[in-house]
Amino acid sequence: MNWSLIVKTAIKDSRKDRSKLFLFMSSIILGVAALVAINSFNDNLVRDIENQSKSLLGADMTVGGNRPLSESIISALDSLSTERTSEVELFSMSYLPSVEQSQFVRIKGLTGNFPYYGRLITEPAEAADTYKSTSAALVDDGMMLQYGLEVGDSIKLGEEMFPITGRLMNAFGSVDAGASFAPSVYIGGQNIDATNLIQPGSLVNYKEYVKVDGGQDLDEWEDVRRQKFRNESQRVTTVEDQRENLQEAFSNLNNFLNIVALISLLLACIGVASSVLIYVKTKVQSIAILRCLGMKAEEAFMVYFLQIISLGTLSVIIGVILGSVIQVILPIVLKSFLPYEVNMSVSPVAMIKGFVMGVLITSLFALGPLLSIRKVTPLRTLRVSDDVQESDPLQWSIYGLIFLTITGFLYTLTGNVLEALIFSLGILIAFLILYGVAKSVTWAVRRFFPSSASFVVRQGLSNLYRPNNQTLTLIVSIGLGTGILTLLFILQGLILNNVEGMGVGNQPNMIVFGIEADQKQEIEELTESFDMPVIQNVPVVTMELAEWKGKTKKEWLSDSTRTSRRWAINREARVSYQKEIPPDDILIEGTYTGTHDGGDSIMISLDERYSRGLDVGLGDELVWNVQGAMIKTYVGSIRKINFRKMESRFFILFPTGVLEDAPQFLILVTKSPEKQTTADFRNAVVRKMPNASVIDLGSILVTLNDIITKVSYVIKFMAGFSILIGLIVLISSLFLSKYQRIRESVLLRTLGAVERKIYWINAVEYASLGILSALTGILLAVIGSFLMAKFVFELDFNLSWWPIIGIFIFIVALTVFIGLWNSRDVVKRSPLEILRNV
Amino acid sequence: MILESKSIYKKYKGVNKELTVLDDINFTVEKGQIVSIVGPSGSGKTTLLGLCAGLDNPTSGSISLAGSMISSLTENEKAEVRNRKVGFIFQNFQLLPTLTALENVMIPLELQGRAKGAKDKAEQLLERVGLGGRSHHYPSQLSGGEQQRVSLARAFSNDPEILFADEPTGNLDEETGAIVEGLLFDLNKEKQTTLIIVTHDLELANKTDRIIKLKGGRIISDQTIKASTEI
Repeated sequence: MNWSLIVKTAIKDSRKDRSKLFLFMSSIILGVAALVAINSFNDNLVRDIENQSKSLLGADMTVGGNRPLSESIISALDSLSTERTSEVELFSMSYLPSVEQSQFVRIKGLTGNFPYYGRLITEPAEAADTYKSTSAALVDDGMMLQYGLEVGDSIKLGEEMFPITGRLMNAFGSVDAGASFAPSVYIGGQNIDATNLIQPGSLVNYKEYVKVDGGQDLDEWEDVRRQKFRNESQRVTTVEDQRENLQEAFSNLNNFLNIVALISLLLACIGVASSVLIYVKTKVQSIAILRCLGMKAEEAFMVYFLQIISLGTLSVIIGVILGSVIQVILPIVLKSFLPYEVNMSVSPVAMIKGFVMGVLITSLFALGPLLSIRKVTPLRTLRVSDDVQESDPLQWSIYGLIFLTITGFLYTLTGNVLEALIFSLGILIAFLILYGVAKSVTWAVRRFFPSSASFVVRQGLSNLYRPNNQTLTLIVSIGLGTGILTLLFILQGLILNNVEGMGVGNQPNMIVFGIEADQKQEIEELTESFDMPVIQNVPVVTMELAEWKGKTKKEWLSDSTRTSRRWAINREARVSYQKEIPPDDILIEGTYTGTHDGGDSIMISLDERYSRGLDVGLGDELVWNVQGAMIKTYVGSIRKINFRKMESRFFILFPTGVLEDAPQFLILVTKSPEKQTTADFRNAVVRKMPNASVIDLGSILVTLNDIITKVSYVIKFMAGFSILIGLIVLISSLFLSKYQRIRESVLLRTLGAVERKIYWINAVEYASLGILSALTGILLAVIGSFLMAKFVFELDFNLSWWPIIGIFIFIVALTVFIGLWNSRDVVKRSPLEILRNV
Repeated sequence: MILESKSIYKKYKGVNKELTVLDDINFTVEKGQIVSIVGPSGSGKTTLLGLCAGLDNPTSGSISLAGSMISSLTENEKAEVRNRKVGFIFQNFQLLPTLTALENVMIPLELQGRAKGAKDKAEQLLERVGLGGRSHHYPSQLSGGEQQRVSLARAFSNDPEILFADEPTGNLDEETGAIVEGLLFDLNKEKQTTLIIVTHDLELANKTDRIIKLKGGRIISDQTIKASTEI
């Protein structure tokens, strides 16, 4: 091969076609920029949300138990941590002298700079900074409202009186609110002794909040010391554990971002393929001449391959830079509109990924059309004829490689081969449907041609099937583009509804805990008297897992080969019994037994994650210790719990007819409209049922709502960004199509067609293409989004038709507008040019 | 003998029946001969030219071109033969629109790997066809006659043994056609090349050594006008 000639010809040939190549480059630049920006956003915002989940814990890790930490654990923590805060937590009655009332409270004595993540929100704000160094107390806002307390009042804890310097507006700790029964009071750790509340037999929890350097693998660190912590009865909670709770709730965000990344990649592919296809078509004559002059087929191929690949690589590099710049600059530009501060940094991983994917897809998608160069016969110099389309095995290999690349890319996103394959097949089917529609249209227009229609209509419609028509290219590219944009639009709406549905406004925010079984009716009546709904009122029995799969808990714990997870083994079993599974749970295996009929086999239902953690399946035997009584049960069904609901969720469900006589209490979940009602309801409950505790989830929901705001923002921004890129790629493809019709239109002009006629002919052609492709694309998007909503996001599918009709009108109008814009260019050109055969 | 066509058939599959475009074509062309192929539209002239020049394959029969059995060569081997031994002139010029006049003329030499000296030779040829001052112009900046003159310069740039011209003056006015025609014959004489011209123009045909008449895909006459100049 004559490489120097190939390179020279490639450079020379590109000179006069830079405007066409610019559109090709712009597709790649924008597609890759979108990919890099989205991946970077993904990295940055997921990290941001991870930080937010850290702020629920306030630290990277906590270690605690009901006795002070031993010297050896302290030194182990010192070797790991960069900072540490000690907390002594105890439960005691407090006295409120201003109202002469007592209240059972949770006292937290803190030393150190806790919280390391997030912020302790107080009113006034400065109280959060000063309470540890003074003898002051911060008191739960709900409790202050309940008793009408003001900042400046006092609270007596044990033997010491503390001035209240601030209202505590949020709380740190688990979103699993069952952990906290009593309102919190924060004081400086050095003041705990002064209360004299720590006495032999007092219920005291000691906890260390630990901040570690980035890059430390906490799980590994914890694994190594697991036995040590276990021996000293210390419980370790890491951000990872915390994130597990949030993960379920926010898994849709990750799925959505993956889909947006895939979409931007597909958009780039459409842009590359359609622009190269049209570019190669415009080059056929030049290729025929080169072939006629003696250039070998593979040399002619290499000329254009080199041209496309070098410009493609350059575009990919520009795209990577642009994508990185966009994701850094845009949040700065939009700063005043953003609901929170975003810390964006360039993600090298996203850049490398974008570069590799960009070069790969540019090569593969350009190779498809480029390979046809090999088949351009030199005979075309003598006679312009349609090339016979022969089946090209190499072309099919490229299609195969494209399929594999998309599947591979999907695999990197989902981590699941089957899911990746299903998605790729879905895209392939969408492509084939569009291909089929395009082929049917050309056939149908020819078969049922309206011979009696006006010249303009006949001319416009015949453009759909005439040689050199663009029906297939445009229906596939506009159809896929419209389909992708509509899909994104529908999914964004569904996910936003769902995510925002998790916000404070829609979640239950109060739990009444510890209600006696015989108080069931009374508490329901009381709740309803406050105009609050009884969202849940279920019995709870606490028990301990004693034995499973033939071995006792002790035997399992000392078994080094066990596959059960520690958190599942040690989890305190809070069990409920119900006739039916909760409406939001999904039964994934077995059948739920609602009532035990008195036989030997008690069939229980386990949560999927819990059964995985314990490594038990259907039919396995589990023995429970219920206040000394052993109950043998079998796994009868496995459920998937809906973690998005802020309600009590039970990993273990018994049938009715087993636990009715066991010691138990009730949990009532309700929603209070505002703080004063919360305080009044709490007073009423405490008055009527001193045994019950009211937990106000409002403070925890403040933090949760913050996360939801961010998630909503990410979804809106990503979708908006991707829609914009998609439109630009779509517009590029349409603009490129003008080269197809330029010769015909100029000839018509030469023959005397007036401007208006040329505009109308093109309008008929582009309107037909726009209507058909938009309709097919939208139909595919509706089917695709239904399937994704059902199987990926597990959301209820509902469609609002008006925006979709809007998309349809917009795409058709855009197609016609660009078609006419292209005609404008033709109308402006001198007919003389066609005579010069250029 | 530089070109020999033996029992050439060219058939195309139509919708309902097979279409025979060339039907048992047999002829030979001696080195240095100037031959014109004439006939009405659809008689198979251009198809025959394409087959003889190795641009297409016959359905059956064999063609020997400049010592190579071109009908049995691979595509790449045919490209090699075209590049080293054949020159082309087309009715619609077929210049590469993205290359300047000079670059268009240089292309056959560069394809041969003779980049060194290609520019000088191309400049000389452009000078010879009277376009010395237009060498950096693109085809779109040249008139039809000028484009055909560039095409002439390109056809001779690789010193071909045989030159195929498809209606070389068909797209030009009489005056420009005459200039191009004159240049074609002059250059041919200078370079001592075999020339095969497909034309409708009987006046042009009468200036050649031999006229092969085609009708309905068959040779209906093969008439020698004047003795060829043997080299």
